[in-house]
Amino acid sequence: MKKSIISFIAVLLVIVILCLTAAFGLNLGPVSIPSVLDEENGIRRGLDLVGGSSITFEAVLPDGYQSENLSSDMASVQAMMTKRLDALGYTEATVTLSGDKRIVIEIPAINDPEEAVKVLGATAQLTFEDADGNVILTGSDIVKAQAGYGQLSQTSLGSQHYVEVTFAEDAVEKWTEATKKAANAESGKNIISIRLDDSVLSEPGVGSEYAETGITGDTCVISGSFDADSAKLLAEQINIGQLPFTLNQVQMSAVGPQLGEKALSTSLIAGGIGVLLVMLFMIFMYKLPGLVAAIALCFYIALEAVVLTLAHVNLSLPGIAGIILSIGMAVDANVIIFERIKEELKNGKTIRSSIDSGFSRAFTAIFDSNITTLIAAVVLYFFGSGTVVGFAMTLGIGVVISMFTALTVTHFLLNRLVDFKIRNPKLYGA
Amino acid sequence: MRAKFEIVKNFKIFAIISLVLIAPGLIGLITLPFGINLFNMDIDFIGGTSMTFRMNTEVTSEMVNEEIPELFENAAGIAPSSVQQSGDGDAVVIKSTAIDTTKRAAVISAMQETYGLTDDDTLGVEDVNATIGKEMQQKALTAACFAVLLMLIYISFRFELTSGLAAVLCLIHDLLIILSAYVILQIPFNTKFIAVALTILGYSINASVILFDRVRENLKYARREVFADTVEKSIWQTMKRTINTSITTMLTIGMIFIFGVTSLRQFTLPMIVGIVCGAYSSIFLSGSLWTLLRRKFRKQKIR
Repeated sequence: MKKSIISFIAVLLVIVILCLTAAFGLNLGPVSIPSVLDEENGIRRGLDLVGGSSITFEAVLPDGYQSENLSSDMASVQAMMTKRLDALGYTEATVTLSGDKRIVIEIPAINDPEEAVKVLGATAQLTFEDADGNVILTGSDIVKAQAGYGQLSQTSLGSQHYVEVTFAEDAVEKWTEATKKAANAESGKNIISIRLDDSVLSEPGVGSEYAETGITGDTCVISGSFDADSAKLLAEQINIGQLPFTLNQVQMSAVGPQLGEKALSTSLIAGGIGVLLVMLFMIFMYKLPGLVAAIALCFYIALEAVVLTLAHVNLSLPGIAGIILSIGMAVDANVIIFERIKEELKNGKTIRSSIDSGFSRAFTAIFDSNITTLIAAVVLYFFGSGTVVGFAMTLGIGVVISMFTALTVTHFLLNRLVDFKIRNPKLYGA
Repeated sequence: MRAKFEIVKNFKIFAIISLVLIAPGLIGLITLPFGINLFNMDIDFIGGTSMTFRMNTEVTSEMVNEEIPELFENAAGIAPSSVQQSGDGDAVVIKSTAIDTTKRAAVISAMQETYGLTDDDTLGVEDVNATIGKEMQQKALTAACFAVLLMLIYISFRFELTSGLAAVLCLIHDLLIILSAYVILQIPFNTKFIAVALTILGYSINASVILFDRVRENLKYARREVFADTVEKSIWQTMKRTINTSITTMLTIGMIFIFGVTSLRQFTLPMIVGIVCGAYSSIFLSGSLWTLLRRKFRKQKIR
């Protein structure tokens, strides 16, 4: 009896701690659980909850496009988008590749999405200019840029990172001419400026050793203070300027911030009222076990919140619907068990053995039914797209946690109640 | 437990009720390839542009029927396919075939000028290319078929093939009723349908499985009983659970329907329909169907 009270209280305490953890977060040195409301480290809020735009571009491949270049070209597109978004001031934006020729850009809190579509989807303008701003070469004059590492000449010291640019045949002459001019120019003007969309990527100087000849041949090497990453970045950015395809916006969805805020707050209110009603219903229908189910439901919600926070889920509206649906379904296991217990009580069994056989007989039903729901959630997760994936995730996690909760927490608490000599069958709904 | 009313013996009544309920959805589905569209197709599946503006004043029918369509046509060069009042009555939703970003920007600035709106009043803009819509449809259908197949295999493995078939028949029945709801209530048919359909998939099969589990258990102790009687008994034993679980799920989903924003309402309304008919089909159809299929496929066994 005494032992039962202690363990009963211990479990309640665990539930309370879990609820507090979910609400306020927990920090125990190496283990830290962010609060469910912590937007930075915890659950990320989808664009439909905070407002923002999701834009999908598709590459329009011209005839004769060499498809083996597609993945590296798309990587260039990704680099370009990141740069343009930074230039527009959307540092929170994310850029992800989807499929083999689509790119998805998500920008939170944006007022003028159409402007963003226009800027982001524009064809990149790459120019090589001299110090006076005269355009020497444009994107079409360049074949490719490549980052490399090695010794550049016999005289240079050791190996270094560099970017090698290859020019088109008919551009070589223009290039030689311009570099000759630059090499002869006064200090500070002896540079070539590489610009993308009017922002300067790099301004390498042209050495005085080229004053006579200019830089000849169809390649040139830019070297200096590069490391592996910055060399690769510059090469990628130069490549953007000669992408062989244009980008077409195929999907766009923008949600105003007010609407997003309203969506979040109303869902939370709806969820709160819904949970309360479910608890009252359970207590009304099943008396004492119903109360236990209500306590277990608190445990379930807190545990789900913690799991979703740790999983860093991107939560959008369908995801919230998935959570609320799984709360409704979470009590299903309890309903099955309690109905079974009632039946056993009617057959004249004692409370203790009714509870035990109620649980063991309900197990196969709970197991099989949850597995089928899980099958739907898993298929949805892998085959679905966009927000449907979030829905599948919350539903799937919900199903697993609810099964665990019903079979452990509810069972344990009910058994302790019996230990307390609360054995009036009426209190168990009979 | 002796029931006054026998569900399995009166299967015909419920079969007729079901046929009536699934008719609109089935007709809508069959006529679709022939170019007759009974659904309120949203832009997700057919491609197009949709814009939502908060007007800050009461939306009059004159605005919806004349002013805004005219404004839209001037700015975008094509007539909108629909202009509707939405939200709490102070918002309008304009839908059209897909227009590009320049035209969208033109419409937005025209709306802002004419009605004195700011950027904040543009509640939402959606634009979907028709090919993306088609791909989504394709993906969804593949996902659904795959999920159903996996469930059929699982149930056949845990019970028997006839029970798996009965459960899947109920499932198709439930999905068709949801489609009927889409046709009759003209709920916008968009990607949310996929989520609804797959949820109901799991939910409706859930209820059938609970019943079959009870039948499986009762069969162990009732070797001399006719199969139909065992099923009948099991239906009544599990009925309370089915009803109570549906009620608790409805309590949460129903609250979102009552308090939620428009896009969530489009999501929860068909789901409510699905939960109700999921409960109906698992009580009145699944057991009877299993009995029927068992009789057909297991004739050689003398009972």
